[in-house]
Amino acid sequence: MTDTALHDAPDRGFWRAALRSPSFVAGELLTGLFVALALISFVWTPYDPAAQSIATRFRPLFDPAHFLGSDHFGRDTLSMIMVGARTSIAVAFVAVGIGIGLGVPLGLLAAANRGSLLDEVIMRANDLVFAFPALLIAIMITAISGPGAVNAIIAIGIFNIPVFARLARGAALTLWTREFVMAARVSGKGPVLISVEHILPNILNLLIVQGTIQFSLGILAEAALSYVGLGAQPPIPSWGKMLADAQTLISIAPHLALVPGFAIVLTVLGLNLMGDGLRDVLDPKLRRSRT
Amino acid sequence: MSLLAVKDLCLSISGTEILRDIDLAVDAGEILGVIGESGSGKSMTALSIMQLLPRGSETGGVIALDGDNILAHSEAEMCAIRGDDIGMIFQEPMTALNPVKTIGEQVAETVMVHGKASKAEAMRIARETLDRVELPGDRFPLSRYPHELSGGQRQRVVIAMAIALRPRLLIADEPTTALDVTTQAQILTLLKRLVDEDGMGLMLITHDLAVVADIADKIVIMKDGEVVEAGETVALFRAMKHPYTRALFEASSHQPARVPPTGGAGAVPVLEVKDVIRDYKLPRTSFFRPAGHFRAVNSVSLTIRKGENVGLVGESGCGKSTLSRAIMALEATQGGVIRIEGEPVTTDKGASLAARRKMQVVFQDPYGSFNPRHRVDRLVAEPFHLLGSEAPKGAARRKAVEEALVNVGLSAADADKYVHEFSGGQRQRIAIARALIIHPSLIVLDEAVSALDVSVRAQILDLLADLSDRLQLSYLFISHDLTVVRAITDRVLVMKSGEIVEAGDTLEVFTNPQHPYTRTLIEAAPNLEQALAAREAAAAAPAE
Amino acid sequence: MSVYLARRFVSLTLSLIVASFVVFFLLEIVPGDPASFMLGLNATPEAAANLRQALGLEGPPIERYFVWVLGLLQGEFGISYAYKVPVADLVADRLWVSLPLAIYALTLSTLIAFPVGIIAAAKRNSPADLGIMGATQLGVAVPNFWFAMLLVLFFAVTLRWFSAGGFPGWDEGFWISMKALTLPAIALALPQASILARVMRSSLLDTLSEDYVRSARAKGLSRRQALWRHALRNALIPVLTIIGLQFSFLLAGAIIIENVFFLPGLGRLVFQAITSRDLIVVKSVVMILVFAVILVTFIVDITYAIADPRLRRAR
Repeated sequence: MTDTALHDAPDRGFWRAALRSPSFVAGELLTGLFVALALISFVWTPYDPAAQSIATRFRPLFDPAHFLGSDHFGRDTLSMIMVGARTSIAVAFVAVGIGIGLGVPLGLLAAANRGSLLDEVIMRANDLVFAFPALLIAIMITAISGPGAVNAIIAIGIFNIPVFARLARGAALTLWTREFVMAARVSGKGPVLISVEHILPNILNLLIVQGTIQFSLGILAEAALSYVGLGAQPPIPSWGKMLADAQTLISIAPHLALVPGFAIVLTVLGLNLMGDGLRDVLDPKLRRSRT
Repeated sequence: MSLLAVKDLCLSISGTEILRDIDLAVDAGEILGVIGESGSGKSMTALSIMQLLPRGSETGGVIALDGDNILAHSEAEMCAIRGDDIGMIFQEPMTALNPVKTIGEQVAETVMVHGKASKAEAMRIARETLDRVELPGDRFPLSRYPHELSGGQRQRVVIAMAIALRPRLLIADEPTTALDVTTQAQILTLLKRLVDEDGMGLMLITHDLAVVADIADKIVIMKDGEVVEAGETVALFRAMKHPYTRALFEASSHQPARVPPTGGAGAVPVLEVKDVIRDYKLPRTSFFRPAGHFRAVNSVSLTIRKGENVGLVGESGCGKSTLSRAIMALEATQGGVIRIEGEPVTTDKGASLAARRKMQVVFQDPYGSFNPRHRVDRLVAEPFHLLGSEAPKGAARRKAVEEALVNVGLSAADADKYVHEFSGGQRQRIAIARALIIHPSLIVLDEAVSALDVSVRAQILDLLADLSDRLQLSYLFISHDLTVVRAITDRVLVMKSGEIVEAGDTLEVFTNPQHPYTRTLIEAAPNLEQALAAREAAAAAPAE
Repeated sequence: MSVYLARRFVSLTLSLIVASFVVFFLLEIVPGDPASFMLGLNATPEAAANLRQALGLEGPPIERYFVWVLGLLQGEFGISYAYKVPVADLVADRLWVSLPLAIYALTLSTLIAFPVGIIAAAKRNSPADLGIMGATQLGVAVPNFWFAMLLVLFFAVTLRWFSAGGFPGWDEGFWISMKALTLPAIALALPQASILARVMRSSLLDTLSEDYVRSARAKGLSRRQALWRHALRNALIPVLTIIGLQFSFLLAGAIIIENVFFLPGLGRLVFQAITSRDLIVVKSVVMILVFAVILVTFIVDITYAIADPRLRRAR
């Protein structure tokens, strides 16, 4: 992580390099597909995802009227997947936003005051949050305020804070010893200005790559939380909830479990591939070692 | 027949040609110095002999060890040769040893991997070898870990690993570059002794002419992947047939023309350091003892007058960098005062802007000195921040940047480029331009030419001398390199263990050192001319 | 070494104290009067007062906190509101399902990931490496509870090799119980193994490019020897961190996976407790899990000191 924070060339040619990376392109197509499904669902879905119809229960995959089949209430699976994508992506996105928004400033603050009491307090607080997996936070919040998608966002978001704080601090610490930062200090610049002008731009790549990874972890965590009933509540469709419903029916209608599962796998895979591709493109250390 | 004979060695890596028709030879008991600047291909030549090249390398030609072309050997056969017939040591002793294994294990491994002895016997050989490299058993038991040793001691362990099986050929790639001068002298003496004792051939790769002038029997000079000149050491340096050899020779003992500073004896000194103390808290090593202190700078005083260049020399850990950071108000001090033109560098509210406006700095690493995301104009203009609202803006700012760039020998158009478009030497010029832009009276040069190749270093020294004369600038020139300090400073201070042990006019200190430590330093520093003269005298004297 | 250990121990204790405070604050102060909260719609003032007395929820918060913590230290967790039995008894049985499951999964994951990661690094860019990287990329993306459902579908419903769920209890015999935990452990372990194998590979590739590996090669070690004798142990240091972090994921994962296999573990207990607003059970279970995570972090720190001689000296 140390020196990869710095990269010598500015971002010209980024897209050219990115589009040559097969994993980035594949990842972007997959992610793009699900983001598109989520966006389209705001204006159009094949059916109302909540509409029940006894006549069309348990339709199989590729049924002429229900492309991805229907469930035990006759609800259209494709429509539910589309709206579910919205929930998953929104929860994970906001949670990453919380992580970056709070974690990065904390990490930069700790690095700017390295060795001080403030640094110590911030880092110990981070360690402490690491002792509470997102599930435990969700359990506690749900226990006192009832379940809901907001709980999932808060739980996953809190878990993301120390991830970004540690990353930002670690990378910033190596930058603080760099000579260009010393030169800026000799030029009278204070810790805040240096953090914004010299540190942040040089750790941005790391943050972007980690952001994609946390995004994909967020999708997984949201699915797990709504699967055990700690996330989005009916009638809001979510992939985890669909899987929970499918579980008891797995021997008679396995496709109900397969479709949302694949939706999760493909979205997460897409984000991870994109993250890997970004790292290859943005990280000069890896780039050099490949030539 | 030579021990090692390299003939027409060619190397390309992923299609890029690295080496072209390299010829060189090493005899048993002989030291061959291979000299070149960065990018000359000297290290790649060594790695070709070891067959430890990066992936995608293709070699051609012949590398004969006692007549046996090892270039044609399989990887398994090379494993048998490495460590047994050919040993190698590398530049960076701090990372060359495995941090989680004891030094005994690592030396014994050379013996064991070649199946030469049982574990107990290998450990005995390891002990014996460590004794040979002057790491005696009472202070350096086999159970020591690398992190418990200093750089010089680690390099001795690396040497022990390489010579444990008494190889016929030893390759040393910049073995002393990362070490202090006194340690360097000891390691070179050690290598010479081992060559004499074992009758092995030594291929000593370095960028420093002076290092090899003393001990090498023959010399090969490389440039851009080719051998430009080769021959017996003294003869080669006296004749210097090739222009590149001559350029290298001149650059390494380059003395920029300087006008001695004139006035200012009575005026306020540019820099005044008085009784400065810097303590560090040590980490606790035991529960029952309070955390200790380490005094990095102990009651140091010095003065620099206008236009004067003062050198501060000392080995790593002597406190010179700490002192320089204290002068720049980057570190708190625990005692004493530092004034720039009478202005204390720190006030109750932290670093003083008024003092900082009169002082700038140039660092060692031309690659780490700039934010890679900013353009040159923004980088060079950064010190304007010190002027606050008085800083020039728009066209005036641009003009100042261009003026500074032209002052250091770059062009005004360079302001629109990014630093990665410049070479190391050019980057160091940009760093000087950045220092010049607010017209400081003092520039702290912290090892500012240490990372540069000799030819580039000579140019930067000329530039610095010229700027000092023209702009009446004062320098605090911090360096471990005595040759450079001698070339550019008027006065010199010698620092050891946080204290200044000797101070005086540069010429006076160098020709007539008073303190024993200064004498040790000067004697240890490689000196090309002296070495050559000594060897000529030895050759002229009748053999005993 | 002793200073390092003592420091870690102090940090462990501090973490536990602060964590217990956070848990107590969230689950007993934030809801206002916990008794009224648990009673929900039935909360008449008299009922709440009775419950407070029955569950020992009277007195100022600070006092209640110390009573709770002192109880924890003696293995007393209070009395469950929903079950009306000591929480300690409830938790003890279930802990013996969740904890073995997490450890079983961690063992499996490590046993799979190490060789796979080492092979991928040793044969970098070979078909084997590309295959492993592809498979682990997929493994990382699979939610463990969905993978568990697929395992049930295939091995229990279709092949009938395992039962679809349930747990006989350790009294019925070790191997029978282990068999019941096998599918859940595999479901937990494989996604984690994918992550661990990738970390192992990249860490090993990093150390393989270190100077001391080159020194070892110059001594005459083959690539393979240099990997085993020099690169591997150094590569383990970052891998240890991930194993430590994975334990907390596995514990959380175990709680979720129990739902798929109808295992009577902490997960089922805590979800039922949430539904029945039994804050006392929730508080205890959360605290036990946090304790487990912090303890594992401490163990990882000690392992560091064994793996890295530089840490044995005070740092």
